[in-house]
Amino acid sequence: MVLQPASTEIAARTAAVISELKSLEGPLIPILHGVQEEFGYVPQETLPIIAEALNLSRAEVHGVFTFYHDFRHHPAGRHVLKVCQAEACQSMGSDAIAAQIKQKLGIGFHETSKDGDVTLEPIYCLGLCACAPAAMLDGEVIGRLDADKIDEIAEEIHS
Amino acid sequence: MSVTIYVPGDSGALSLGAEKVAKAVAKEAAERGVDAKIVRNGSRGLYWLEPMVEVVTDAGRVAYGPVSAKDVASLFDSGFVTGGAHKLSLGDPEKLPFVAKQTRLTFARCGITDPISLEDYEAHGGLVGLRNAVAMAPADIVKQVTESGLRGRGGAGFPTGIKWKTVLDTPGTQKYIVCNADEGDSATFADRMIMEGDPFVLIEGMAIAGLATGATKGYVYIRSEYPHAIAVMEKAVKVARRAGVLGKSVLGASQGFDIEIRSGAGAYVCGEETSLLNSLEGKRGVVRAKPPLPAIQGLFGRPTVINNVISLASVPIVMDKGAQYYKDFGMGRSRGTIPIQIAGNVKHGGLFEVAFGLTLGEIVDEIGGGTATGRPVKAVQVGGPLGAYFPRALFDTPFDYEAFAAKDGLIGHAGITVFDDSADMLKQARFAMEFCAIESCGKCTPCRIGSTRGVETLDKLAQNIEPEKQLALVTDLCNTMKFGSLCALGGFTPYPVMSAINHFPEDFRPAAVAQAAE
Repeated sequence: MVLQPASTEIAARTAAVISELKSLEGPLIPILHGVQEEFGYVPQETLPIIAEALNLSRAEVHGVFTFYHDFRHHPAGRHVLKVCQAEACQSMGSDAIAAQIKQKLGIGFHETSKDGDVTLEPIYCLGLCACAPAAMLDGEVIGRLDADKIDEIAEEIHS
Repeated sequence: MSVTIYVPGDSGALSLGAEKVAKAVAKEAAERGVDAKIVRNGSRGLYWLEPMVEVVTDAGRVAYGPVSAKDVASLFDSGFVTGGAHKLSLGDPEKLPFVAKQTRLTFARCGITDPISLEDYEAHGGLVGLRNAVAMAPADIVKQVTESGLRGRGGAGFPTGIKWKTVLDTPGTQKYIVCNADEGDSATFADRMIMEGDPFVLIEGMAIAGLATGATKGYVYIRSEYPHAIAVMEKAVKVARRAGVLGKSVLGASQGFDIEIRSGAGAYVCGEETSLLNSLEGKRGVVRAKPPLPAIQGLFGRPTVINNVISLASVPIVMDKGAQYYKDFGMGRSRGTIPIQIAGNVKHGGLFEVAFGLTLGEIVDEIGGGTATGRPVKAVQVGGPLGAYFPRALFDTPFDYEAFAAKDGLIGHAGITVFDDSADMLKQARFAMEFCAIESCGKCTPCRIGSTRGVETLDKLAQNIEPEKQLALVTDLCNTMKFGSLCALGGFTPYPVMSAINHFPEDFRPAAVAQAAE
């Protein structure tokens, strides 16, 4: 098995993302989204590459990367489950729903299960406020969460 | 015989199983040899009836809902393709009381048309406003928007026409139209619905803004929590470009205008206009001090119109039917219509567009039908996480910017969250502070640190540690946050906190509760 140095491979993939988006006005956030799409998270070693390409300091890129909740510092689980915890969902018992989900998956918010199946996150509003309580599994929206739907979610996660 | 069947592709409907319904309809139609054309429309906004399937019959559209995939076979058995009766029959959707009582100007097409068909858009009155604008001088477009009385629907209620005039009057080689689609407030989903259900009305509104101010480039900054809205807007922009609505010339005008869709990255504060501009520039979403106004030095320091989705989407009707037509709706200084979003613990949740002036009680009790749980309504939060909690005693407040301000509240983006009597207002007040702490951009000390101190103080109150002192501290802290923060996050977090304390004092007396329990 031939192992390429990770940094070379990461650098090449990062450069490809950058070259595709660099001509945009204000390209940094699209690039960070692109890098995250490429790697599943934003590896630390990509930050200096981005900084150099955009003629920014590493500190500036680090500052932007850490400001936004979306950008991951570590790889997520195979599935990402985001459970809404904002007011409209609160009014329909999102606290209890979140507790059931945590128990079912055996993890808390901002944690990934040991088998790497799922990362659980709180989210503040999915715009499904008339279909509360709501969640999002890998970009697919789920409304009116109840015990049955939590079972279905758990099944899909572990399948 | 071909039949057209509408199955919404709106996120709300999708969250309730619309995708499975659409697949089941396609499968069942194929098996039965029915030539069905399935259109993925937006939602009409009756979320307790979603997924609401509609069939086009000789007698007009007939609705069924809420439909789940397992109902589809029986719908075909009942002959729903010709409007046959079924236990889920709703009849003519336009005659449903929730629909019939509305005045749909901005949302006229939402839920009715195919969102990404420009032909459908035009067949339902689309592009008339833009064509009128193409034939007008920029100053006249601005004048018409100003005279309509349209105010920013994002929450601040600033007159849209005045913003536009400033940009028109500011010289610049490059000007921008930025659409704020960072709809982060809980209880609001009007922006999402219009982007998913009628994206061309937003594109048309932005193009009109471009012609009115001399801006040639537009950005739509959509929150990343709305992947479906982003996808629909991307498709619609491509269609609009191909049709010459966007591009080097707007429908034959000497001026061009193009739009780019940008995704946010999960920061609530980027819904604040200056944070949003920083984010678009690729910076931390930190609030900017004003002045300079974005209209003078906005995106990349250029003159910029930054408007909410609904403000821009309300412009085409103003340019189509005239300022007076729009202005004739509403009350006081709140002119036109407002898409009220009824959410949370409510029986009939959804989007209700109506002229300003309904009372809060009419909205919650009559239109919303009370709580979903059937318990009494305890409180409603109006205007999202930064809006005040209103008790039943204030249900006579009319839906109007000034009337809400007079009661120490705000309309905001017109979202209403209903809570039943199980709500603990101390917990809600604590959440307001906690949310502010999570989402603060960090620029202003009262917001950055005050919010964390607020959480701690309310925790002490909950533990009955010197409660009177804690209440006095929170009140003082709220005052500091209100006047010592640059933007609405720190400045308005006191609204939910203080309204909870003032209107529901019984929830802030843990001592009394503990004694009573003994």
